[in-house]
Amino acid sequence: MARKLTATLTINGERRTITAAPDTPLLWVLRDHLQLNGTKFGCGAGQCGACTVHLDGKPVHSCLQTLQGVAGRTVTTIEGLSRDSSHPLQKAWLAEQVPQCGYCQSGQIMRAAGLLKETPRPTRDQIVEYMSANICRCGTYARITKAIERAAKEMV
Amino acid sequence: MKTTVNTQRRQFMVGAAGFTFGVAAGVPSALLTNEAAARSGSVMLNHWVTVFTDGTVAIMSPAAEMGQGSLTSLPRIVAEEMDADWNRVRVVPSPASDKIYGNPGRGYTQYTAGSATVSGYFDSLRQFGAQVRYVLLDNVARQWNVPLAELSTQPGVVLHQKTGRRITYGEIAAFAKVPEKAPAITLEPLATAQFRLIGQDTPRVDVDGKHNGTAQYSIDVQVPGMLHGAILREPVDGAGVASVDDSAARAVDGVVDVVRLKYGVGVLATSAWAAFQGRKALKVTWGNAATGRGFSTDKGLAQFSAAASNPSQPTIDWERRGDAAARLKSAATVVEAEYRSDYAYHAQMEPLNSIAAVSAMGDAVEIWCGVQSQPMAITVAAQALGIPESRVKINSYLLGGGFGRRGNRDVDFVLDSVLLSRAAGKPVKVTWTREDDIHAGRFRPLYVNRLRAGLDDAGNVAGWYHRAVCDHVMAFMDPLRFKIVKGRDPIALLGTEVPTYDLPDRTIEGVLQTTGMRTNPLRGIGFTANSFATEVFVDELAVRAGVDPVEFRLRLLKAHPRARHVIEETAKMADWGRRRPGRGLGVAYVSYSGTQVAGIAEVSVDSQTGAIRVHDFWCSIDCGVAVHPDNVVAQTEGSIVYGIGLALTERITIAEGAVEQSNFYDYHVPRMRDVPQMHIKLIQTRNQPTGAGQMAVPLVPSAISNAVFQLTGVRLRQQPMLANRVKQAMLDSGTRFG
Repeated sequence: MARKLTATLTINGERRTITAAPDTPLLWVLRDHLQLNGTKFGCGAGQCGACTVHLDGKPVHSCLQTLQGVAGRTVTTIEGLSRDSSHPLQKAWLAEQVPQCGYCQSGQIMRAAGLLKETPRPTRDQIVEYMSANICRCGTYARITKAIERAAKEMV
Repeated sequence: MKTTVNTQRRQFMVGAAGFTFGVAAGVPSALLTNEAAARSGSVMLNHWVTVFTDGTVAIMSPAAEMGQGSLTSLPRIVAEEMDADWNRVRVVPSPASDKIYGNPGRGYTQYTAGSATVSGYFDSLRQFGAQVRYVLLDNVARQWNVPLAELSTQPGVVLHQKTGRRITYGEIAAFAKVPEKAPAITLEPLATAQFRLIGQDTPRVDVDGKHNGTAQYSIDVQVPGMLHGAILREPVDGAGVASVDDSAARAVDGVVDVVRLKYGVGVLATSAWAAFQGRKALKVTWGNAATGRGFSTDKGLAQFSAAASNPSQPTIDWERRGDAAARLKSAATVVEAEYRSDYAYHAQMEPLNSIAAVSAMGDAVEIWCGVQSQPMAITVAAQALGIPESRVKINSYLLGGGFGRRGNRDVDFVLDSVLLSRAAGKPVKVTWTREDDIHAGRFRPLYVNRLRAGLDDAGNVAGWYHRAVCDHVMAFMDPLRFKIVKGRDPIALLGTEVPTYDLPDRTIEGVLQTTGMRTNPLRGIGFTANSFATEVFVDELAVRAGVDPVEFRLRLLKAHPRARHVIEETAKMADWGRRRPGRGLGVAYVSYSGTQVAGIAEVSVDSQTGAIRVHDFWCSIDCGVAVHPDNVVAQTEGSIVYGIGLALTERITIAEGAVEQSNFYDYHVPRMRDVPQMHIKLIQTRNQPTGAGQMAVPLVPSAISNAVFQLTGVRLRQQPMLANRVKQAMLDSGTRFG
């Protein structure tokens, strides 16, 4: 039998203890072990960004982080971005009617939150470069840009 | 939507402290897709609208929601005609039933596809809404003992102007009686109808929840006691399993069992991750029964190209007017060209998945999935288990993208879960990896299109000939409908026809090839290849005739003012006549299921790498009455982005019958940096609504190709227009620019 790892990490402000194979990606820990399903599986290869969460405050692909690697660290998922969906990005996402199928949007919002943390007033070019890490197959990119600009204005 | 269809349905039925309207719906006869037979069927009463005593109005929405917005658009039509207060409307996704909820525009099948949802349901939903309003008025007339003609409505309220009395719909619900037969109402014609909701923007009902992770897709479903499944599928359709060594797979921690299927090997495990790891450890030898064994993209292109120019090749007549051959013979100039399009992949963001719970006896099953047609999924499950369809319960979820991938009749991903659940004796969730989703993808087929046209001395088109050659699509993805259309495969061949161009002498035909490749409709279907050929060819003719490409198209569209209008508006927005240094402009136009769309691309080309950059894209769309204008714009934005991918980077290649790409690192879909500034003009006309979900997709490749020609003088006749292909084309033509 392969060994299992029991790890404790802080997820959305709560300490959670998980026992699983040490190489289990954080994505599947969140989804299958903790039922935090807002974080999505898209490619499993760090290519699409649907699984983006914040690890110690910075956006990462949760599909590429192992349980072993994140033990003891702090994770924020879409469920923990705000208590009541009131983050300026979340409000802007509704105001601009960004989502179509919606599947990638948790990842887009978490990525955008990382951008605004690093660069509170991003230029259009900075938005495009930063957000090009994430894929939206419905093609909502123009509205994502507008929503980030709207949220940035509100946050300053 | 935070609850599933079934939960909502249950609440809806149990909590109906009001009354439910029955509405007429055609009963399809044996052939569900035969519209005429369906229309002549008998009439039955069913649930569409419920008015609660508290004033809430529940309206059923029968289409799958995959981001296209019809969950909102359809109830808006009902609410408009019944004069409901939209703030009090609760949208309820309808359960599965072709009979009750089938799309009249799709032969009364409950199948969300073809951008035919609003257009197909529009008239009947207006009728249902008007019937509900009539019954409300009639009840008040009886209650107050006043003539019905003296009553009127405001949103959610019936008024009697003479006495100033008013009563809410909720209050009416407390005493209303529903007639057994719904009254037939004569609807106000579209030209004069005063609309309050139709044509106005509103937040989409499915968007709330897509900003905080609570929106539910089937991949999020967890059923108590369920196992996870992953399937290693045959690399070529029909290959079959020859032998399996599963010893390493079974040794993976968490793997519970390995199940041999006809088309692959399934691994059952206690977590998705363990199932994936177990599947990786399988050693499978595949059989060699596949039709597609040994096939490759290169072989396909050579074979299709030969078929495209072989005069004795049997063909399918698609469109034939006048005498193209005679006109071509006598033409002053004959222009001829061949166009090619590679296989393309849907890449919906939610990898395919489904959950099934087969009963211990194997005599019933419950399914949780996101599909374009619930009834099709029910049939697949029933047939797999050999049980009646009444023993299949389906729970539908939001789709994390469809684009045609979840509309094949065999619903492959639902079948996976049913077979593995039966084998496991437990509920099983099967999740495809992105690699599975690509390796067993069902693609927009490979195309070779050959066009030939004559020009007379005045530069008018004299004779038009188009032959499209591609893989079978409908024969593979929907054999039942393939029989009904008698082999005239619309998924493959639509977009070859030119319904609005004044080409009185034309012959358009198709050749469908049996390659053994897996194919499906993909956003824009045959238009993405056929219209690419047509619209680049029209440009080539314009150049030969020495006429501006916009002007050339306008001349061909003399009899079609709506078509001319979208082109003129687009040209105006793009300032078409203004040349820009280092940039090229290209135009394209499509008449797609009645919708008129035109696009202009502004591009530059990196002369070192050959990479095309699209800076701006202007587009005008006239889809008749736009029920939800902002959503039509959103769909058009999405269509343009989708078209950019097909045009520039998206390419599936086949070697030895198998797909060569694996994930987003070798199948490149557009990212934010690839997207141009989009300028979209929605032209609202009082015509019958037509489709909006994919109509701009096919404009993009042809507009880009035409723009590159204006800039460089090089014709790009193969999509995707990959950088190395562009560079090669420039080298071949000795072009230097920039």
